[in-house]
Amino acid sequence: MDKSRKIKSAIVYFILTIGSVIMLVPFLWMVLTAFKSTSEATQMNPFIIFPTVWRKEAFLSIISKMNFLRLYWNTLMLIVERVICAVLTATMAGYAFGRLHFKGKNLAFSLVLFQMMVPSQIFIIPQYLMVSKLGMLNTSFGLLFPGLVTAFGTFLLRQAYMGLPSSLEEAARLDGCNIGQTFLYVMAPLTKSSMVALGIFTALFGFKELMWPLVVNTEQNTMPLSAALAKLQGQFETNYPELMAASLLACIPMIIIYLIFQKQFIEGIATSGGKL
Amino acid sequence: MNRKSKVSRRERSEFLWGWMFLLPTMAGLIILNIIPIFQTIYQSFFKTGAFGKGNVFIGFDNYGQLFSDGAVWQALWNTCKYAVVEVPFSIAIALVLAVFLNGKIRGRSIWRTIYFLPMVAAPAAVAMVWRWLYNSEFGLLNHLLRGIGLSGVNWISNPNIAFISVAIVGIWSVIGYNMVLFFAGLQEIPRDYYEAAQIDGANGINQFFTITLPLISPTMFFVTVTRVIGAMQVFDSIYMMMGRSNPALVKTQSLVYLFYKYSFIEGNKGYGSSIVMLLLMVILLITMIQMICQKKWVNYS
Repeated sequence: MDKSRKIKSAIVYFILTIGSVIMLVPFLWMVLTAFKSTSEATQMNPFIIFPTVWRKEAFLSIISKMNFLRLYWNTLMLIVERVICAVLTATMAGYAFGRLHFKGKNLAFSLVLFQMMVPSQIFIIPQYLMVSKLGMLNTSFGLLFPGLVTAFGTFLLRQAYMGLPSSLEEAARLDGCNIGQTFLYVMAPLTKSSMVALGIFTALFGFKELMWPLVVNTEQNTMPLSAALAKLQGQFETNYPELMAASLLACIPMIIIYLIFQKQFIEGIATSGGKL
Repeated sequence: MNRKSKVSRRERSEFLWGWMFLLPTMAGLIILNIIPIFQTIYQSFFKTGAFGKGNVFIGFDNYGQLFSDGAVWQALWNTCKYAVVEVPFSIAIALVLAVFLNGKIRGRSIWRTIYFLPMVAAPAAVAMVWRWLYNSEFGLLNHLLRGIGLSGVNWISNPNIAFISVAIVGIWSVIGYNMVLFFAGLQEIPRDYYEAAQIDGANGINQFFTITLPLISPTMFFVTVTRVIGAMQVFDSIYMMMGRSNPALVKTQSLVYLFYKYSFIEGNKGYGSSIVMLLLMVILLITMIQMICQKKWVNYS
């Protein structure tokens, strides 16, 4: 009995280890390639795993071609703006949907659900034409545009508000709070964990979004990282150390943030579940 | 009398506050999402010329072209093939991992961190590194294959293999996400169920099929529905991994890829709109079928 349990747990650890190696190898290969010279990266006989000398040439050359400070800034702005818009609008709408009773609520909520069921590509052409008509192509507002409000976040916050006890609300009302004060001082602070979850979710998928930035911001100095990487590949198709250096520079900030806040990240994703 | 006016005052104030809170979100949703749906439908009846030529109304011609366009049907088929590989594997592997992590295990948070890592990487970077791993001449994968005496594979230029290679990247990217959702679902299953089963002499595999699987089925349903929808919209990895001159592109390009190509590279937004309408119909149909089938296997209790 004891022996078979030991074998079982050894099998579990073995499978988990193999899986982890598969998860990590692409990242390791990215790092190793980025520090090689082009000839080292494409040398077959002998095949080189670790760079003989850890070179920084690929990084220097890619930094001279891409303005990474600008790209980090554009990406950061995109994320910050989207998170603020999403959390602010969804918190308010979520409270109205989750706690208040008024005419037209159900119709409004069905629009929220409807938006969540429709594939997002259906919005892209008209959204692009709107941004273009406003003369806002290649601006930070253009990048933000589809993220001004969030149906998914509204749904998430509504669920959070519905889970709160109504006794708090009644107590606040007896103390003379109006609905706005009840919301601001009593109820909203209690949904903090859902707000954090929505914030993480919004930040992560804002960072990962590719098609929208490719469409609205085609100028180098207004692009976020994702689009800049996509453009890069077309230009220097075969210089793998440079492509890997660029990928590494693009991924490192988010990976560091993730490693620091991994508990919040994973719990945030687990509670928001959500759609891709 | 007094009480009644108090109630209606309360009602009035809920109505005013409610709509004030909803205003930004509803205005945004209507402008950003609801109107665009109708605009896309409208646009799909037009032919969009090159810049400045404007729109020409052509009725159902886009749809006629769509139905006779071999590339569109091939793309729909490619998308379905991709989903059929990506969804079951990413779900099955993630579920097994989640079950492992839910057991008595050391370093749970380290394992979780590792498996979730691909989720925080930019898809463009992920696609580039995999393209490099898949490189037929200098790639790590073919080097390993040659090392054990096999011949290299043309991972992304062989039309019969490329969609699987792209799906592998999709699976690798999304396993951690599915695993986290399953893990959250598993934590809700009371421990006593397993203890009772253990006393009855059920082994681990029995427990998995008699307790875990039925009780996780609502999570499973949610993950399946959202993953299928996600897989049907695959774009990033195909756009990044398949070069425009890749001979396997025709056999791997997805509906969303075609949508992007027609709408934004070739500038025919009318035809692009009709492709996205087809995508909408397909997704709604598949989701409906899943909703109907769930009664057979999802266990809400």
